Amino acid sequence: MIGLPHYLVLSSLLFGMGLYGVLTRRNAVAILMGIELMLNAANVNFVAFTKFVDPTFVRGHVAALVIITLAACEAAVGLALIINAYRHLETVNVDQVDLLKG
Amino acid sequence: MGLGGFLGSVWQVELVRMVVLAAVVFTFLAVGGPLFLVLAERKISAWIQARVGPKHVGPHGLLQTVADTLKLLYKENIVPHRADVVLFSVAPVLVAVAALLDWVVIPFAPGWVVRDLNVGILYFAAVSSLTVIGIVTGGWASNNKYSLLGGLRSAAQMVSYELPLAFSLLLVATVTGTLSTVRIVEAQPYPAYLYPSVGVAAVVFLVAATAETNRIPFDLPEAEAELVAGYFSEYTPMRFALFQLGEYGSLLASSALFTTLFLGGWKGPFSLPWLGPVGNGLVWFLLKTYAVVFFLMWVRWTYPRFRIDQLLGLSWKVLLPVSMVNLLVAGGLVVIVR
Amino acid sequence: MNAEALAFYALAAMVLVGGALVVYSRNLVHAAVSLVPTLLGVAGLYVLLHAEFVTAIQILIYVGAITVLILFVILLTEGATGLRVRQRNEQVPLALGVCGALVVLLWVVLLRVPWGPAAGPLPPYNPGAVGRSFLMPYVLAFEVTSLVILASLVGAIVIARREE
Repeated sequence: MIGLPHYLVLSSLLFGMGLYGVLTRRNAVAILMGIELMLNAANVNFVAFTKFVDPTFVRGHVAALVIITLAACEAAVGLALIINAYRHLETVNVDQVDLLKG
Repeated sequence: MGLGGFLGSVWQVELVRMVVLAAVVFTFLAVGGPLFLVLAERKISAWIQARVGPKHVGPHGLLQTVADTLKLLYKENIVPHRADVVLFSVAPVLVAVAALLDWVVIPFAPGWVVRDLNVGILYFAAVSSLTVIGIVTGGWASNNKYSLLGGLRSAAQMVSYELPLAFSLLLVATVTGTLSTVRIVEAQPYPAYLYPSVGVAAVVFLVAATAETNRIPFDLPEAEAELVAGYFSEYTPMRFALFQLGEYGSLLASSALFTTLFLGGWKGPFSLPWLGPVGNGLVWFLLKTYAVVFFLMWVRWTYPRFRIDQLLGLSWKVLLPVSMVNLLVAGGLVVIVR
Repeated sequence: MNAEALAFYALAAMVLVGGALVVYSRNLVHAAVSLVPTLLGVAGLYVLLHAEFVTAIQILIYVGAITVLILFVILLTEGATGLRVRQRNEQVPLALGVCGALVVLLWVVLLRVPWGPAAGPLPPYNPGAVGRSFLMPYVLAFEVTSLVILASLVGAIVIARREE
């Protein structure tokens, strides 16, 4: 039978993969994709908890929906920033954006 | 009925039943439909343009599409030089599958629906948004700047028109109080005080659905004179056929959804006694759906096409505010009357 | 193995393989397109968890909008053509260590907590329950989220606009 531990293991693996993507990729959009994976892992946790632990007011679903919405907003603004940075700096590799370094 | 309802000891039987049902629906309506629609389009366009159209193959040209399909199957499959082979092959499959998957929630007759999801129309909107990815990927994977431009323009258009489409669906959900397509059909006809709101929503839905399926007057991304054939210029037969299947399939699915939401689905004013409820429902449903398809084809051959900025401006500056105000009005009326 | 287990393992495989492709692919467009099976797999998991409304919203927004947005930006910046460019930086071993340690820590902590039986059944009509939750106890979250959407809408347009 599939229970809560299965979902927790899966979401922590997904979170770890997303974190690996954020830490090791050079392209800014690829880092954003890693962030999306982490947010999805958190969502899976929320929805799993609302089924297996506490379904009052379907709080986990509410939280997951708010997270999905905020992820969309964050992706939109982040990608707008990346486009703007690309126009001025001609690169999207984050290790080449070092204008503030002393 | 929720989506998770089939867990249990007879899941193998249920799985087989779902696969067979899906295969039947897909073959007859979603594949047979577009085959018939391609021919219908050519005949209707011929009638509007005062000529005859295909008439040599089969009686009155009815087998023309079969002949065309056989011809397409014989042609050589070319992959462009230095194109991305994996994405190139995956893109048309994605478009065709997304166009077929939304048939799961359409009720053809009382009791005849593949699965009555309790988030029916939301599922339809969600699956239709999958086609955009197939189009962008196909446009990029062709390694051709016209394809890429066509793909990006088409994606921008489809994403812009998803909003008015979603607002129309939301209005129907507000008025009937449910997201399930079967219960929406049962809740029709709508009370008379809601006719103006629902009428506006129906018009918005039609315009948005035409734009979503890339039909004229919104077909700039695949216009022959502008972009060769847009995002599918580089696609030879089988894959081109899959793209066409996706396009005509989603046209038919949008018409079927329009019939379900606004025209009463399988309900009809009178019923022929020898067909029984299921047969009658099916007949009325097909009549209404094909009437909508005929109307959309009529529009196609009558109007010139929009420019890309007019197209996007129409969605964001006209349809979106109109749908929002309409939703407020309808919601207000529903609250006041109850 | 019953149907639920079969479905769970198939979806878990889709999610994990897709996620691996997202973070490992040298070709950015492949990475972005691999987001699609990953997010669809997550949507399938929501179905198994009886969260139909969240499933539909996940497909509509994550797969239908965010993935398209990411693909657009990849195609509009130089990411799609930079196939010869090195895609990972020099922190790979350190990142592997950190992520591995974090995952193991999460497993140890989460799997030791006695979560106990569920406090009740899930409501039958999921969209209605979610709607009522948004309008009664959690209306503040709802309103604040709408403000955030408005702010990011205006902000994204202003930031990405070409200055003329």
